[in-house]
Amino acid sequence: MSEILNKPEVAKIYIDARGPRFAASITTVVLAIALVTQNAWVLALQGMVFLIGAVRGPQFTPYGLIFKSLIKPRLMKEAPTEDVRPPKFAQAVGFLFALVGLIGAIAGSSAVFTVAVGFALAAAFLNAAFNFCLGCEMYLLGLRFATK
Amino acid sequence: MKNYLPLAIVLVLATAYGLWWKRGEGAIRSNKAIPGHRLSEQVLGEALGSRATMVQFSSAFCAPCRATHALLSQMVETIPDVKHIHIDAESHLELVRQLDIRSTPTTIFINKDGIEVGRAAGTPKREQVLKALEAIH
Repeated sequence: MSEILNKPEVAKIYIDARGPRFAASITTVVLAIALVTQNAWVLALQGMVFLIGAVRGPQFTPYGLIFKSLIKPRLMKEAPTEDVRPPKFAQAVGFLFALVGLIGAIAGSSAVFTVAVGFALAAAFLNAAFNFCLGCEMYLLGLRFATK
Repeated sequence: MKNYLPLAIVLVLATAYGLWWKRGEGAIRSNKAIPGHRLSEQVLGEALGSRATMVQFSSAFCAPCRATHALLSQMVETIPDVKHIHIDAESHLELVRQLDIRSTPTTIFINKDGIEVGRAAGTPKREQVLKALEAIH
């Protein structure tokens, strides 16, 4: 296996790859509720989940714990594993959007709230429905843009 | 007050984008090459394959990079004149810009002279890779 995917300074943690996708479907529902009701408290709760996922890892969020205790025991197939870093990155991006949405809500701008929640919802939906990898599509572009 | 319009807009746009993304994912395209650009042993840090080389760009926040690496490195074991070179995109940003690589994994198919003949964004299928390699002489 290549040294790029196995950098020694990076902790090699592998998790059940189905967990983040299950979590993304719950996230999709929660963000859809936040968008329809324009309720900042719902977004704040989702923001907390994103923060735990970004800092500690998606397997430690409430959704990850639901997956582990309720869903995983009912799945028959052998668990495909994946590196914890890509879903962690996606959770961090989700947290930033939630933060922008909450600042919008506090400042009284429903437009900022709606757009920020809309983007976070789109990313969660793409992950749940199409197994879209946010880190694959956005990280390198962001890096190219940031270091120009 | 409930407003379903933003939700409907987001779901329609995201579905359209998702279908478009899924369709192109892993496909090997020949029209993205940068004219006149040549990859050499000096740039890549490894000797090229005697017929073809697959240069894979990967990053840390990328789950399919691992699957692509496993597929390509396993395939070249049985094809002696083709090499698989793995590049960390993050530490080769200059090259990434020159080749206009936007996402990972991106695999560039080059001939023995280092000229790009095709590239795949995402994980290509085994048959697609074989077909692309057959076309390189």
